Parts: sequence; structure tokens; C-alpha cells
Amino acid sequence: MTLVTPALEIKDLRKSFGSLVAVDEVSFRLERGQLVGLLGPNGAGKTTTVSMIAGLLTPDRGRVLVNGQALAGDTDPAKRRIGLVPQDLALYDELSARANLRFFGALYSLTGRALEQAIGSVLDLVGLADRARDLVRTFSGGMKRRLNLAAGLLHDPDILLLDEPTVGVDPQSRNAIFENLELLKSRGKALLYTTHYMEEVERLADRIVVMDHGTVIAEDTLDGLQSRVGGPGSGGRAGGGRATLEAVFLTLTGRSLRD
Amino acid sequence: MPITPLLAMIRKDLQLFFSDRRAVIVSFVVPIAIASFFGMVFAGAGGNSGEPARIAIAMVDRDMSAISKAVVAGAQADRSLTVTLPPEDEARDAVRRGRTAVAVVIPPGFGDAAGKALFGGGDKPELSLLHDPSRGAEFAMVRGMLTQHVMEAVSHDMSGGARRITLPYTVREEAMTGANAAYNGYAHSFAGMAIQFLLFAMANIGVEMLLERQRGLWARLRSAPVSKLTLLSGKAASGTIISLMILLVSFGFAMLVFKVRIQGSVAGFLGVSIACAVMASTFGLLVAALGNSPATARGVTMLAVLMMVMLGGAWVPTFVFPAWLQRGTMVVPVRWAVDGLDAMTWRGIGLRGAVLPMVVLIGFAVLFATIAAARFRWEEG
Repeated sequence: MTLVTPALEIKDLRKSFGSLVAVDEVSFRLERGQLVGLLGPNGAGKTTTVSMIAGLLTPDRGRVLVNGQALAGDTDPAKRRIGLVPQDLALYDELSARANLRFFGALYSLTGRALEQAIGSVLDLVGLADRARDLVRTFSGGMKRRLNLAAGLLHDPDILLLDEPTVGVDPQSRNAIFENLELLKSRGKALLYTTHYMEEVERLADRIVVMDHGTVIAEDTLDGLQSRVGGPGSGGRAGGGRATLEAVFLTLTGRSLRD
Repeated sequence: MPITPLLAMIRKDLQLFFSDRRAVIVSFVVPIAIASFFGMVFAGAGGNSGEPARIAIAMVDRDMSAISKAVVAGAQADRSLTVTLPPEDEARDAVRRGRTAVAVVIPPGFGDAAGKALFGGGDKPELSLLHDPSRGAEFAMVRGMLTQHVMEAVSHDMSGGARRITLPYTVREEAMTGANAAYNGYAHSFAGMAIQFLLFAMANIGVEMLLERQRGLWARLRSAPVSKLTLLSGKAASGTIISLMILLVSFGFAMLVFKVRIQGSVAGFLGVSIACAVMASTFGLLVAALGNSPATARGVTMLAVLMMVMLGGAWVPTFVFPAWLQRGTMVVPVRWAVDGLDAMTWRGIGLRGAVLPMVVLIGFAVLFATIAAARFRWEEG
């Protein structure tokens, strides 16, 4: 039996802000060609976890392993293997799409022909090649979301961290993003996907990690999670058969409001 | 430090700055317009010709004696005075409205009484000086000049035209500016306004950094394999370039249009300009590090910049300040920037005069950058 090193492995991550423990003993793995859905109510610790993986936050404890190697500081070349698609539209509105990508690519030391090829490739992928010279402020919300994705892909990372990448986009753009992600997965990229939209995870995820109150409360495939919620009286069954992911989620995390 | 990300940061910030038409106008056009106005005001009535500014006075001769006419003629010939001869009512009104600093009213019988009083033979006649209380310095000067003209006129008349009491000395006037240089009021006003508006521009860059954080852009920057030093250096470098451009464009205009000249050292001028630009850009970093939100930072920094430029002598030269305030403003970086640029332009002091302002400005820059690096919120989550 051959042990394959996962693209991303996080072990026992913990992060607190003052007396608030935002993430506690979180561990999971992400394999190549796999999309893991990271679910949880507001304040569950999803974004804090993603921020630690991306190097934006320093964990109090625990490790982030990229291809088996721990990240060592801001300038660790291993950070090139990670691409971040933040929840915010992290783009410069007053620059063109191409100027934005040229800047973000240069942060990864991409220059010259390699940079221009990478820009062309990601703009083609997200369907914005014909708008490359236009200012981002002239883009629709969906176009900005697609460009946000393109910026995270520019340096061809092995691991893509997507923090609610479809917030506020129309069904067409959402579908285009899904097709992009499925293509990336087929190319062997490892994707970590946080969202509140259960149907997105049902469509895309190979495995699902559910977090609540800073800890992982469930980790399984969609089928595995659905099989956990099958008892009498459980609501939200699809066609009278298996429970929907939303029903599973509510069963696991409760129905009390989270703000 | 990897050069590609650093250059990309600089290029991006310059693109963003020049894509904002309002920022460009405020940074380049407005200081030129305001400095032109202040320059015209501070150049005074003598302009930049080297001639002293004249004090406007009104004289009312109700005596019409030979002595009073001689006094008026002497004042009219004085190159420090501009004399008008209105009726008394108009003279009083002109002083009350601030159009004239002093009005001199020579009463009837003045000449006769003054002649007798000169040798202690009679009561001294009264000369009325109507003055604007807000122009004390001009009043004191007019009083002194009038003494001279009265003494000359009375002594000349009383000696039958044979003798005249005059000042026992002559004056050689030398304006202490650079060799062969005349004072140019525009040099100071352009220094002051350029510094004010480059500080505004840098404060705005600091606020933009807070907006970048708010919009998640810093999260993307921090996720790249780029050091904190590179990120801050990129911001500082782009800020320095923009500040330097504001200074050089302003002075370029002043040189072309108002004949401002670097009478001191060109190297010193460039050195002070660069030091000033570095100081200003690190001030922008300080704004980003200490600001809680873009809105609050914008208000606080506006106040801070206005205080700095007011106390630093950017609006009016610091020599009009009380002595204690002149000493106190040495802790304001703008004071060193303005003094350094004045020294290199109209004061005509050589490179040696630039060294201390440069050292102090770089010292402020190091202080600002150190505080900014220590207080900058690096964690994004």
C-alpha cells in the first residue's frame, strides 16, 4: 500500500482572539483532484481556518502542511502552491482587468511572456478575454466574481482556497464558476470551498467538513453525512428518500440563529 | 528583497493615483493656484524688484506754512512712503476703513510754533497722527520718518535756509539673500503649498490602504509570498515618487512663471526635496497603521496636516510667530522642510544649509516608519 501525501493537511489548528477561541483543534486533509466543502454557520470558524491556511493569520497552535511541508513565514515559496479567492471582491476598480492581473501575477514574481500567457489563460477560463482592457468598475457583479477567481488562479496553484466565491452572482455566472471549478478539479487541483449554499456543495464536493463553534463536528462524503440523518422524524428528505444536505446541516448545527 | 513585486506595487500605486483625476488636480493644480496667490501677497508692494514696500499715508496740511509744505514735500520724496493729500474727513475715513495706515494732520500755526519750540522758546505744537490700531509696526515707522522730515524742515526754515539738521549717517541697504539674488516671495509660498498638498496626498494614500484592507485587497497581497518589508517599502516608494513629483512640478511652475531660482545648491534642493518626500510618504504609512477606519482616519489626518503646515510656516513665515512658538515648531517636520527649501531657494545658502534639514526630515521618516511597522495590523481574518 502506497501512502500519498495530501496536497493540504491541517493538523490541530487553534486560533483565539483574546478570550474568544475561534478555531480549536481543527484537522482535515485535502487530496489532489478533490473538492472539499467547508460548511458551518456564521462564526463557526471557516474564514479563520482559511485565513490560517493562506498565511493571513498565524495559528496559536497546529500546523498547515502543503505537500507535506509546513509553511515557514511570509516568503515561503510553498505559498506559491496556494491560491486564495477571498470572500471580498479583492480587485482594483480603477484598473483594467489585465492591469489587475498583471499586478497580482507580479506578486508571485511572474514577469514577461509567462505573465502574459498566464493572464490570457485565466481570462479565457473565466470568459473575460474580450473585456481584458476594460476597467473593473464597469464590470457586473458576476464578472467581478469571475475575475476574482482568475486572480487566485493566475500563478497556477495546486491548492485553491475559495471563500464564498459565488456570493451575489446571477445563475449564469454561478454556473460558469462551477464549470471552471470542475475543470480545475479534473486537472488535479485541490479545492477547499466554503459556502452557505448547500446545493453548491451537493453539486461540487467530494467530501464535506462541517464546523461549528470553532471545531469540526463532522467530516464525510455527502452520502456518509446523509446516512447519519435517517431516523424517524428527520425533516427535509428529498423525494421522501435521503435527507437533503440542508437537513443534515441543521441537524448537526441546530436551528438557533447565528449572527 | 525581490524586485518584481516591489516594482509592481509602485507601478500599481502610480496607476491608481493618476487614474483619480480629482486627486491629480488637488495635488498638482490647487497648490500652484494657492501658492501663486500667496506669493503675490507676500511679495508686497515692492514686488520682487528689491525695492522696499511703501507705507501708504495721508497728509492733511491745514497750516499751509513754508514749514508744513516742506514737511509734506519731504514725506512725498521719501521712498518708503506713498503720500496722498485728501481732505481731513476723507483721511480719517481711509484710516478707519484700513485703506491707509496713518493720517498726519498738520494744524494751523504749526510751522510758526514749531520754529519757536525748536529752541525752547514756546509751547510745542501738536501734530495729529491718526492710525489703524491693527498696523502698529507701520505706525511706529511713520512716526520715526515724520520726526526726520519735521526736523529737517524746521531747522532749514529757522536758519534762513542756511542750515538743515539731517541724519548724521547714510544707509547702505543689503538684502541678505543669496549672492546677486533678490527676495522672491513666491519661493516661500510654493514651498509651503507644495508641502501642504503632498502631505494631503500621502494622508490620502494612507486612507486608501485602510480601504484596501476593508475591501479584502490586503488579504490577497498577504497571501502572496511577499514579505511585510516589501509591501511597506512598495507603498513608501510610490508615496515618495508622488510627493517628489508634486514638489518638482510646483517648483518647476514657480521657476518658469515667477522666476523663482535655486540660489543655493541644486544638490541641496534635491536632497531636501527627497527627504521631504520620504518623510511625507512614511506619514502616509503612519496614517494606515494608526487609523481605525477610513472615515475616522480621513478626518483626523486632515486636522493633523493642517496643524503641521500652520505651525511649520507653510502658510506664513515662522518669523512672524512669537519667539516661544518659533522654538516650539522645531518639532514639526514641515518647519524643517519649509526652512530647507527656503534656504536652497531665495536665501541662497549653500549645500551646508541643506544638511541639517535633510538629516532631521530623514529622522522623522525613520520614526514614522518604525511606528507604522510596529503598529500595522498584519493579521487578516
